[in-house]
Amino acid sequence: MEFIVEMLNIRKEFPGVVANDDISLQVKKGEIHALLGENGAGKSTLMSILFGLYRPDSGVIKIRGQEVKMTDPNVANSLGIGMVHQHFQLIHNFTVTENIVLGLRGEKADIAKATKRVKELSEQYGLYIEPQAKIEDISVGMQQRVEIMKMLYRDAELLIFDEPTAVLTPQEIQDLINIMKNLVREGKSLILITHKLKEIKAIADRCTIIRRGKKIATVKVSETSEQEMADMMVGRTVSFKVEKKQAQPGDVILDIENLSVKNQKVFGLKNFSLKVRAGEIVGLAGVEGNGQAELVEAISGLVRPESGSIRLNGKDITALPVRDRINAGLAHIPEDRQKHGLVMDFSIEDNLILKKYYERPYSQRGILNREAISGHARKVIEMFDVRAGQGQQSPAYTLSGGNQQKAVVGREIDSNPDLLIAVQPTRGLDVGAIEYIHKRLVEQRDNGKAVLLVSLELDEIMNLSDRIAVICHGELVDVVDGDKTNENEIGLMMTGIKKEKTEDAS
Amino acid sequence: MKKGMNKELAKALAAVFLGLTAGAILMLVIGKNPITGYVSLFRGGLMSAERIGNTLATATPLILTGLSVAFAFRTGIFNIGAAGQMLIGGLCATAIGLSFSWPRPLMLISMPLCAILGGAVWGVIPGLLKARFNVNEVVSTIMMNWIAYWSVYYIVPSNFKGEYLETESARLPEVASLKTPWLTNLFQGSYINLGLFLAILAVALISFLLNRTTLGYELKAVGFNRHASEYAGISVNRNIILSMMIAGALSGIAGATFYTGYASNIQIGVLPTQGYDGIAVSLLGANSPWGVFAAALFFGLLHSGKGFMNAMTKIPPDISDSIIAIIIYFTATSLLIEKVWTWLRKKKGGKA
Repeated sequence: MEFIVEMLNIRKEFPGVVANDDISLQVKKGEIHALLGENGAGKSTLMSILFGLYRPDSGVIKIRGQEVKMTDPNVANSLGIGMVHQHFQLIHNFTVTENIVLGLRGEKADIAKATKRVKELSEQYGLYIEPQAKIEDISVGMQQRVEIMKMLYRDAELLIFDEPTAVLTPQEIQDLINIMKNLVREGKSLILITHKLKEIKAIADRCTIIRRGKKIATVKVSETSEQEMADMMVGRTVSFKVEKKQAQPGDVILDIENLSVKNQKVFGLKNFSLKVRAGEIVGLAGVEGNGQAELVEAISGLVRPESGSIRLNGKDITALPVRDRINAGLAHIPEDRQKHGLVMDFSIEDNLILKKYYERPYSQRGILNREAISGHARKVIEMFDVRAGQGQQSPAYTLSGGNQQKAVVGREIDSNPDLLIAVQPTRGLDVGAIEYIHKRLVEQRDNGKAVLLVSLELDEIMNLSDRIAVICHGELVDVVDGDKTNENEIGLMMTGIKKEKTEDAS
Repeated sequence: MKKGMNKELAKALAAVFLGLTAGAILMLVIGKNPITGYVSLFRGGLMSAERIGNTLATATPLILTGLSVAFAFRTGIFNIGAAGQMLIGGLCATAIGLSFSWPRPLMLISMPLCAILGGAVWGVIPGLLKARFNVNEVVSTIMMNWIAYWSVYYIVPSNFKGEYLETESARLPEVASLKTPWLTNLFQGSYINLGLFLAILAVALISFLLNRTTLGYELKAVGFNRHASEYAGISVNRNIILSMMIAGALSGIAGATFYTGYASNIQIGVLPTQGYDGIAVSLLGANSPWGVFAAALFFGLLHSGKGFMNAMTKIPPDISDSIIAIIIYFTATSLLIEKVWTWLRKKKGGKA
């Protein structure tokens, strides 16, 4: 059996934590090997060691059977290891070829020769890249292929993909899967870092699962179910399906009519209309940057729309300041908890009153009531299972991402809002925390409240939503019932193709 | 919270210690004995009631300008304009004192109030510019310093000209001085004045405001994270304006304590050094009100003891200023100190 990469008994300690504890990873030549683990399990550390960014405290790295010292990323590159980063490292006003040769010297940097070579490689691997196109003119999926091409052009034999599907539409994901299969067919080996079990199931040969810095197992994907892999990753039995009863939609809570919002100088949201009723979860599906942010900012009052109206409980809130909207029954779990959701230098208890500090009982005549603030914090912390070293006094920055998110979710739900806007409520969280937050959102719905869920995770949208609205290029494509649709249909709509028109388009 | 404060205290003490050590090295380099140097420096500031009084009087405006800078900084604003705000505060208080012949109680109330008003106006202008037009407050507060400087240059000779000199205002009558006989006598004729109580009152008030009130909560929220504040419905612009107004008012009182307490007239053509020293005080005091208080007392000690040190040991008084500068360096590079510290501890731990 030939291994292209072997990492044996790798150990890496950071002050206070063991990031990698005796982890071994063996990748066979020509296989797709998935690396599965929750956030903070040690995946990135392990890959950084393989790439020469960190030195392991102990352990051995072998490439094609030869022991090597990975002192810096250049060594990794010269040994044929390439990484396709989650955040693309491309220069937008350069052409594809210029980006590919960036940083190279001599023969390889010759644009004319490179263009030819890129064309050849592109055909060989089925990438369909146009070498002379500018990065800013091509789609996100295509940009990712440029990243892959960069590695191929540098003769990488082992390609590491870091969460490659996070930014792609379902169709693009399918294309990527085909490309990965082509790569393997042509003799390359792949490591796929992900927490999406479905993708592992679809494409990987073997999967190494790590949890809290320890290797749990390496399994054959064909012989292991998604459930088994998830349980190994989390360390307990998790449920994927959110238990929920039939929705009982009531009155219209949020009524958006012909809303248009400018983002800088162009319209990010165009003539958008949507209703959300009490007792239902409406999911807004779409690829990132298609108008979701503009919509949410307009509803929450952070930007003023150009035209159109927003009604909450029948009251026009289009021009109201943020605080009045909050008082009218609006709560908002923001996309970026560290930028918008929390004051990181404040304690948890101070963060939990961020929208209510001026009200009784938290203050009276401008004087804060510390006891009431602490009491409120203790209650929310217990209800929402926020774990913090020094309880409600802990500064927010000392909490893990999951607990920060729980604090934000706790604050927003605790305000008992008529409308809850949840934007990417589980971004970057592990399976356990996701399960918990999903339950809370459904609970909110069952209590007769309206929930607008904005998410890039199609699974999350499909799982939770009673109705699904799809947005593309700032326009509403369509609204469909959650139980009468499927991922393919939503995925197609995310590219702007309407349901009835499916046949004409294809 | 408490742990964080102890850490700040440790950092400040480390900076002071390192600054004093560096001063000792400087003294050695010029061939003086640092021990006798420091003994006379501290004796110069503390050895008699009069000298203690002078130390406190020197510290008084520093407490207030330091508080002004620290307060603005908690809201995320860099107030470089303490000097100008102080000058205008002093001018306003002096103007009242020279223009009216009111009874003393009315004077003692109206002069500081007028100084507060003048300083607040000088602070609120950059605040408004920042909130309304996003003008960088560093630039606008420095500009305001020079507007204050030239305003005094014009107004004092034209309206409050001194008896002998063109370059300073007339002397304030005793009824309009913050110096008060019982306090002056208690400290054997030092410069100490009622301004000290104003400063202590201000420290207590600002401390309460920042820690216990909704206004303090808002100001800090805006200072730490503007985006989250907007998201939560807190008006960022209102808080910027308010913060600059209060910061300006604090520097304004500093002006009253200095020009109508420590001194008895106002000079033209001088920007008070306490304005920029306030930045240093705020830095060493870790932007906390009582930290600022302690830092200002310490700087006051260095300032008031340096003359005596020079007289006794021939060590130039500039050494004392160098020490202050070095302390500021070490405070500003406290991150570096922290790293060296953890590195040393790790090394020690590794050996054991």
